[in-house]
Amino acid sequence: MKARLLALGALMLLSIHAGAVIETYEFSTPALEARYQLLSEELRCPKCQNQNIADSNAPISQDLRRLLHQQLEAGASDEEILEFMVARYGEFVRYRPAFNAATAVLWLAPLILLLAGVAGLLLILRGRRDGAAALTEDDQAQLATLLQTPEKDA
Amino acid sequence: MAPRLKLFLPLFIFVVLAGFLYRGLSLDPMALPSALIDKPLPAFTLTALADGRELSREDVIGEPALFNVWATWCISCRAEHPYLQQLADRGVPIYGINYKDEDEAARRWLRELGDPYRANIVDREGTLGVDLGVYGAPETYLVDAAGVIRYRHVGVVDDRVWRDTLEPIWREVQAMGEQP
Repeated sequence: MKARLLALGALMLLSIHAGAVIETYEFSTPALEARYQLLSEELRCPKCQNQNIADSNAPISQDLRRLLHQQLEAGASDEEILEFMVARYGEFVRYRPAFNAATAVLWLAPLILLLAGVAGLLLILRGRRDGAAALTEDDQAQLATLLQTPEKDA
Repeated sequence: MAPRLKLFLPLFIFVVLAGFLYRGLSLDPMALPSALIDKPLPAFTLTALADGRELSREDVIGEPALFNVWATWCISCRAEHPYLQQLADRGVPIYGINYKDEDEAARRWLRELGDPYRANIVDREGTLGVDLGVYGAPETYLVDAAGVIRYRHVGVVDDRVWRDTLEPIWREVQAMGEQP
């Protein structure tokens, strides 16, 4: 019984990678192939959003991979290829969109939130310190008498 | 900040958050803005489905028209088809882009279901599709008389889509064409 459970557990740990993409391309140089890998992982599939075109088996990703291969072999630079894709599918197609008016919020929001958080934290900390020091002379005197006179109930 | 106002902070945060979430209810997270709005229809040289003659950009522009990306493997296209026929009957010129399909299957589809298209451009490899930024079918592009893409609708065109979105732009594009 125990052995069976163990075997079952071991089976559950196995995962079979079924997401393999079928076609392979021949490249004239290994450098081109490396760029193909990089670019196909950086380009996002417009159909099956949240997958890159290297992982996706959607027909549109197959087309884009074919185009990527063609353009790399034709000697296009990375910038030219990204420009080609963005002209057709918009900045969405890049996992690292270029910085421009439309994407400024996307790029700057984390920084702004971080700065706002730090500013908020500083305000709170300063408020605490000021609060501690904010006793007037009358308050101090009252505090001193309170500390000196023993409580009646005690 | 006055202590009184501070009490309203949670309410304020709640209202802002609720506002964003409410907006999110009616947004389609899959919808992408087209990169080709207000850009000219891309040039192409492809064959016509009916007779195999060559078609290029110049053959299909000159008056406002719809360009409908469809295929026989696309289930929603079948649902969309009767409405396209209605639009065509009302005098809206529609060109088909038969996207990554087989010619024989596409011709049979048109024989059986009717043919609302002025002409069909055969885009077997999806090259025109890529130039248009197509990522699925059906998609419909509204192109004005100068051959500029004015709107792109992803998904089925039905009566509601036509009345609410496409028709206003269609009227505007037509009015523009009538003025010299």
